[in-house]
Amino acid sequence: MSSFKELTKGLVKENPVFVMALGLCPTLATSTSIVNAVGMGLAATFVLLCSNILISMIKDLVPSKVRIPCYIVLIASFTTIVDMLMEAFVPAVHKSLGVFIPLIVVNCIILGRAEAFASKNNVWNSALDGIGMGLGFTLALVVIAFFRELLGTGQLLGFQIAPLSYQPVLVAILAPGAFLTLGLIMSIISIMKKKSQSGQEIRG
Amino acid sequence: MNIFALSVSAILVNNFILSRIMGLCPYIGVSKKLDSAFGMGMAVIFVMTLASTITWIIQHYLLVPFNIGYLQTIAFILTIASLVQFVEMVIQKMAPALYKSLGVYLPLITTNCAVLGVSIININDGLSFIESVLNGFLGGVGFTLVLIIMAGLRERLEKAEIPEHMQGMPIAFILAGSMALAFLGFSGLKI
Repeated sequence: MSSFKELTKGLVKENPVFVMALGLCPTLATSTSIVNAVGMGLAATFVLLCSNILISMIKDLVPSKVRIPCYIVLIASFTTIVDMLMEAFVPAVHKSLGVFIPLIVVNCIILGRAEAFASKNNVWNSALDGIGMGLGFTLALVVIAFFRELLGTGQLLGFQIAPLSYQPVLVAILAPGAFLTLGLIMSIISIMKKKSQSGQEIRG
Repeated sequence: MNIFALSVSAILVNNFILSRIMGLCPYIGVSKKLDSAFGMGMAVIFVMTLASTITWIIQHYLLVPFNIGYLQTIAFILTIASLVQFVEMVIQKMAPALYKSLGVYLPLITTNCAVLGVSIININDGLSFIESVLNGFLGGVGFTLVLIIMAGLRERLEKAEIPEHMQGMPIAFILAGSMALAFLGFSGLKI
């Protein structure tokens, strides 16, 4: 039961993007379409999983003074692996994500989980935590990309959803759309939190 | 490419925060007060200029000649991390007053993706040495400009009446969205 909790806490309760507001740059920059969002999310999940596993293995070997540089080198190596794999197998996604693949290194979710979780827990729990947080990140990206792609192009995954007479709101897939969409989603989440809290109070 | 075109492009059209969407953590995190936004901005200009200079040299005199371009990400992030550490120590010894005002922000800059971003973009765009240094400096200036505008707006926002569920992060993003919308107007500039 507890390992199930480690896995699912990243999806909703401690969602890295919506709840903890980490890793915002890749979230906003790469959520222009669902394909990009899934590509970025899975790439980050892979790096997060590998770095969490390895860091929890070496946590007792690394002196605490030099731990951050060690973690960064590890994360950078996995990022390079992902970069090469994506260039070889999904060149189209690699091209549209561009500079944001090497920038996975400075994604604060990954260093944050290394520091807050993997350096204190065993390998199994760290792996679950990495998968959960990575999927939570992917979920957030896909939710944002869903609205941006639908509004900005009238399509989802390349299929026409809106009627052909729909005039796409181009700004939704440009930079301002990213900020506005995230702002609105966060305010909806804060309304829902408020509602569930007051509901609990009444029940309690 | 002339300097004027480069500066308009780096500061306004391809602004790091509002157009490339990099460096959002300090943008949202350090934009609550005007003086801390200014301090952060100065530190970012400093580090971005130095990082563009040194990573360009590393790429063209170390990675390319030895044919180890695949180590780019690792080499750059290590360079930036040690550079920030080094700059911190130098400023602490040479200019304690400056250290007092910048000191808190310097460690945060290592994980600012605008710094690693500008280094990689310089290489990807094939800029020359002078252009890279300028691009780093001007990118930092654009970053500071937007950070300071945002801090000014948020100081005003403190006194405004905001719906309860919009307070904090949501309104900051809506504000950033409106600013990005305004900056989108610059993208029509043809120089």
